[in-house]
Amino acid sequence: MPELNIVVCVKVVPKSEEIRVDPATRLLVRSGVRSEINPPDMNAMEMALYLKDRYHARVNLLSMGPPAFEPFLRVAMAMGADHIYLLSDRLFAGADTLATTYTLAQGIRKLGGVDLIFCGEESADGATGQVPSGLAEWLGIAQLTLLTEIDVDLEHRLAQGRRALKGGYEILEVPLPCVVSVKTASNEPRFMDYQLKSRAFSEGQVTVWNATVLQADPEHIGQVGSPTWVSGLAEAPSRQRKREFIHGTNEEIVRQLVDLIQQAV
Amino acid sequence: MVASKYSIDEENKSIWVYLEHEAGIFENVSLELLGKGRELANQLGWSLTGLLLGREVFELAKSAFTYGADEVWLADHPLLEYFTIDAYAPLAYQALIQGKPGVFLLGATPNGRDLAGSLAVRLRTGLNADCTGLKLSMPDGVLVSEVSGFGGGILALIEMRTHRPQMATVRPGVFAPLEPDYRRQGRIVHIPIDLSPGFIQTRIIERVIGKGVDLTHNPVIVAGGRGMEGNFQILQELAGLLGGEIGATRPPVDDGFIDRERQIGQTGVVCSPKLALCCGISGAFHFLVGIEKATTVIAINSDPEAPIFEASDYCVIGDISQILPHLIETIRETQKDSQALKI
Repeated sequence: MPELNIVVCVKVVPKSEEIRVDPATRLLVRSGVRSEINPPDMNAMEMALYLKDRYHARVNLLSMGPPAFEPFLRVAMAMGADHIYLLSDRLFAGADTLATTYTLAQGIRKLGGVDLIFCGEESADGATGQVPSGLAEWLGIAQLTLLTEIDVDLEHRLAQGRRALKGGYEILEVPLPCVVSVKTASNEPRFMDYQLKSRAFSEGQVTVWNATVLQADPEHIGQVGSPTWVSGLAEAPSRQRKREFIHGTNEEIVRQLVDLIQQAV
Repeated sequence: MVASKYSIDEENKSIWVYLEHEAGIFENVSLELLGKGRELANQLGWSLTGLLLGREVFELAKSAFTYGADEVWLADHPLLEYFTIDAYAPLAYQALIQGKPGVFLLGATPNGRDLAGSLAVRLRTGLNADCTGLKLSMPDGVLVSEVSGFGGGILALIEMRTHRPQMATVRPGVFAPLEPDYRRQGRIVHIPIDLSPGFIQTRIIERVIGKGVDLTHNPVIVAGGRGMEGNFQILQELAGLLGGEIGATRPPVDDGFIDRERQIGQTGVVCSPKLALCCGISGAFHFLVGIEKATTVIAINSDPEAPIFEASDYCVIGDISQILPHLIETIRETQKDSQALKI
């Protein structure tokens, strides 16, 4: 039995710099767009693996999405995780935060005996940042959000973390089990380990659970369980810049810069 | 679909704003939300209520009226001195269930986001997060939230017609507070408090809030990238002369040349200065997101092909180590001259 049973929630997202909106259909154009593990989730992975380096821990990845996510999750697993649980069902599609947190909570309940649930600060696509606290609420357990550091006290079953605040921080302690969200860019995610990669890509590393297996209430999942709906979609109007080049000797450039700065301020 | 804890038929014609504060002062975003909330409430003919939890915050309640609130629901208790989700969420939930507002707005701050995420699940309602715009769809008065995803590249309009309250967290700096009107008065409603220390499982061991720096609202940002080779003193000098603050791309932050709170971009601050002066910055997508709202962008870089020039109003191809000292000197002289003129 491991001392710590850890779950890391990860999401596979389209790369931000490649996504576009089709002006005619007003839908996201996903074809030809590459995907990646949501970058903030990599910081969550790293913090979970930091604990695994120190304690006898099992680290499971949990994700909700289509089977096409599998290869991305396997690459993440090769950072040092033990197994992948993919919550996959057409009924989960179109989920907003309420339905997503419910579904993830069902997955965590089914896993059972989980001590720590790690999440990234927010997702690159929706950027809601509300999953961690929603998850804690569904599970009725404590939460530590926006952590830059963590440690656990196994004997007293406590987690202690440093939470980033505007212009400062606080050090908080909560009982296990708890949900942890990790401050984006607070650590340097390790690279995939090539020895672990062959195992991650071997058979038997991914368990797929559908709505029936999760005993999910159909009223709570996917589009049906999502009270919000997207009524419009557009590419953000990018500000047109002048792109005027300033030439001359350094003296002439500086003279012009001073004028431009004075005009701008 | 599962119904929210109270329905549209039960909602009261009011907009609620969560009032966040630190050391006896409102967070700016709370005042911004009172301003926007006032505007929306006037449009609908509704009332505006502030939700205020804390310790010895009675004076703040009165100040909320001057910024536009008609009413403040107040919970004042020693155990509410600092935010913990264990104490704040149940009290806020209890107040909301009693007050049944049609709309509930919070700032997208660390505590605002935590509270909103918990409450939305408790209330079984939808939550629009980190909104960059709010408006009403008339005549039915449904709240339409504008949110941005994919590093700000995509905007989505989100609404909710079936559940209440319509919840949104709003990004700081999007709206403006009203000018305080000191004649304005309002009504205080005391929230019944049932709290005991055993209730709170979060222990605050240490809490350090420095003065901090908020690049969001600063009028001048002097930002440096890898090309500065760690020389942020010179940028600090320039920023000082212009009454601005220094910022940075991610590499100098990772290399420890500058504090992380000054990182600009997708994983840092999105700022909206009048002037962003970008020095030695190549202009990666993740950074450009953070200066997109700047009125004027000036870039200095030695590489004519740097993508930063695509996103700048004025572009200088040149050597920073030569241009910046000269620029600082010239600005200093100009300022001396104008001082002399004033005398």
